[in-house]
Amino acid sequence: MHALEKILAYRAGLKEVRAGEIVNCKVDLAGINDLYPQTMYSFREIGGEKVACPDKVVIFLDHYAPPSTIKAAQTHAEFRQFAREQGIEKLMDVNEGVCHQVLADKGLTRPGMLIVITDSHTTTHGAFGAFGTGVGATDLACILKTGELWFRVPRVVKINLNGTLQPGVYAKDVILHVIGKVKADFAIYKGVEFAGTLIPKLSVSERMALCNMTTEIGAKTAYIQPDEVTISFLKEKGVTEYNIFTTDPDYQYEEELTFDVSEIGPQVAAPFSVDNVYDLQDHIGTPIDQAFLGTCTGGRLEDIAIAAKILKGRKIHKNTRMLVVPASMETQMEAIRLGYMQDLLEAGCTFVTPGCAACLGTHEGLIAEGETCITSSSRNFPGRMGHKKGKIFLASPATVAASALNGVITDPTPYLK
Amino acid sequence: MVSRIITGKMHVFGNNIDTDQIYPGQYLDVTDHNEMAKYCLQGASDKFAQEFVKGDIVVAGTNFGCGSSRENAAIALKVRGVGAVVAKSFGRIFYRNAFNLGLPLIVCPRIDEIAGHGDELTIDMDRELAINNRTGKSVPIEPISEYAMKILNAGGIKPLLNPKKE
Repeated sequence: MHALEKILAYRAGLKEVRAGEIVNCKVDLAGINDLYPQTMYSFREIGGEKVACPDKVVIFLDHYAPPSTIKAAQTHAEFRQFAREQGIEKLMDVNEGVCHQVLADKGLTRPGMLIVITDSHTTTHGAFGAFGTGVGATDLACILKTGELWFRVPRVVKINLNGTLQPGVYAKDVILHVIGKVKADFAIYKGVEFAGTLIPKLSVSERMALCNMTTEIGAKTAYIQPDEVTISFLKEKGVTEYNIFTTDPDYQYEEELTFDVSEIGPQVAAPFSVDNVYDLQDHIGTPIDQAFLGTCTGGRLEDIAIAAKILKGRKIHKNTRMLVVPASMETQMEAIRLGYMQDLLEAGCTFVTPGCAACLGTHEGLIAEGETCITSSSRNFPGRMGHKKGKIFLASPATVAASALNGVITDPTPYLK
Repeated sequence: MVSRIITGKMHVFGNNIDTDQIYPGQYLDVTDHNEMAKYCLQGASDKFAQEFVKGDIVVAGTNFGCGSSRENAAIALKVRGVGAVVAKSFGRIFYRNAFNLGLPLIVCPRIDEIAGHGDELTIDMDRELAINNRTGKSVPIEPISEYAMKILNAGGIKPLLNPKKE
């Protein structure tokens, strides 16, 4: 069996599961975010009175943090009330940040867990060797009522990433390159495992960026086998108890792909789909109105550090604004402590509350008709960040910062020396 | 029980129609289902809202409903009165959301061969066919899994889990 199958088998109380089989699993962590008050409504509609497992539930007020509309404020009030009524102690309020980063920061994501959140980017937790998957509101309501949910056991595709990254190239460039090759529907219903000689060299932050974006090829979940890097990250958080599962040597992957990452330069996904990927060189000089650094894809401390390195002592272009959204409060505090925030503010950046911000077009930095944004986030769909005739380019945090500096899409490599 | 035969006029879309296009982010704070239905597919088409008649069928290429997990996308299609969505493939979270709400999704890898905007389409689940009633041409559809059919036949996961309430 694959490690992902072993996680499902363990939580289903079975010795063995097979790809394609439908199993009922106990969920280790069920997350609800503030886009989904429907979860509370569905819970009541299915006859829910008392949440089965309040200690396993986490509520995140992250997508509307802080609320910009009365409706969103109302939703937040309802969630706070629900948490009180149901004895849900883990309420991450508007000061905490994006759900996936908050779980990582607080040591709540651990290897071997089955993590289900009402957010498509729950694949991120594969970076820790956990089974993370996104669902909608009503599925999550079923977990609130029973503590369980049905899953179809996925087939697993292995993506080997071999080699060493060139300067100016990051995990974001690698995953964009992969997505451009395999296309947006490559892994629907499948698990995606990353392996190869690059992986041991990647930080947890970079691994999270890889796993996060498997959602954009349709993956149900992602996986990286925990190693020394994972264990030392967890140790720093004071986490020592977890289950590391391993894939049996005779496991048959559905497919195995290999990429030589040494050959990849900086990448960019052009409007209007995530798989519309080019070498950055093909789009150098395209004028941009907004640069956006943030989200569960590209708003971690390392991402802010690289932007600060590029922008320290310089000024962003007068025709460009740059939004910086730390993925979490912890990220923000560290960015202040290390001086990155000062560097970026002096360069002319605008700081935004930790959370999802403009990534999904709800608030805090939308783009107008005909405007162009370059972003370290994950999606460039029509209308994703505001007007549907606004254009979004996806790139690494380094490329975003370098582009803000010149007001046009720019290769970050010369600024990293 | 869900009808084994579904007939309706086709509204044809391309590949990778994501849930942002089905239900744009600017309306995500809406909680009223009837209001959600007004914004159905607004990000993908300017004409859909005027041309759509209850019971019509949405036809698309690969990966319909990819992207965000927002259940609002499935709710908007269901409450707007979409009879079924037929596509070459579906995003997985959207697939679960739609069946949970009792909205039939039909996987039809060759739907592009018979898709015609405004033509009438019949989905015959017993014969496992999609038929363009204007041209008479048909292509095979994939059967719905037993587990998903159980949810669909109950009218969605809510009546299945709480039959008294419905």
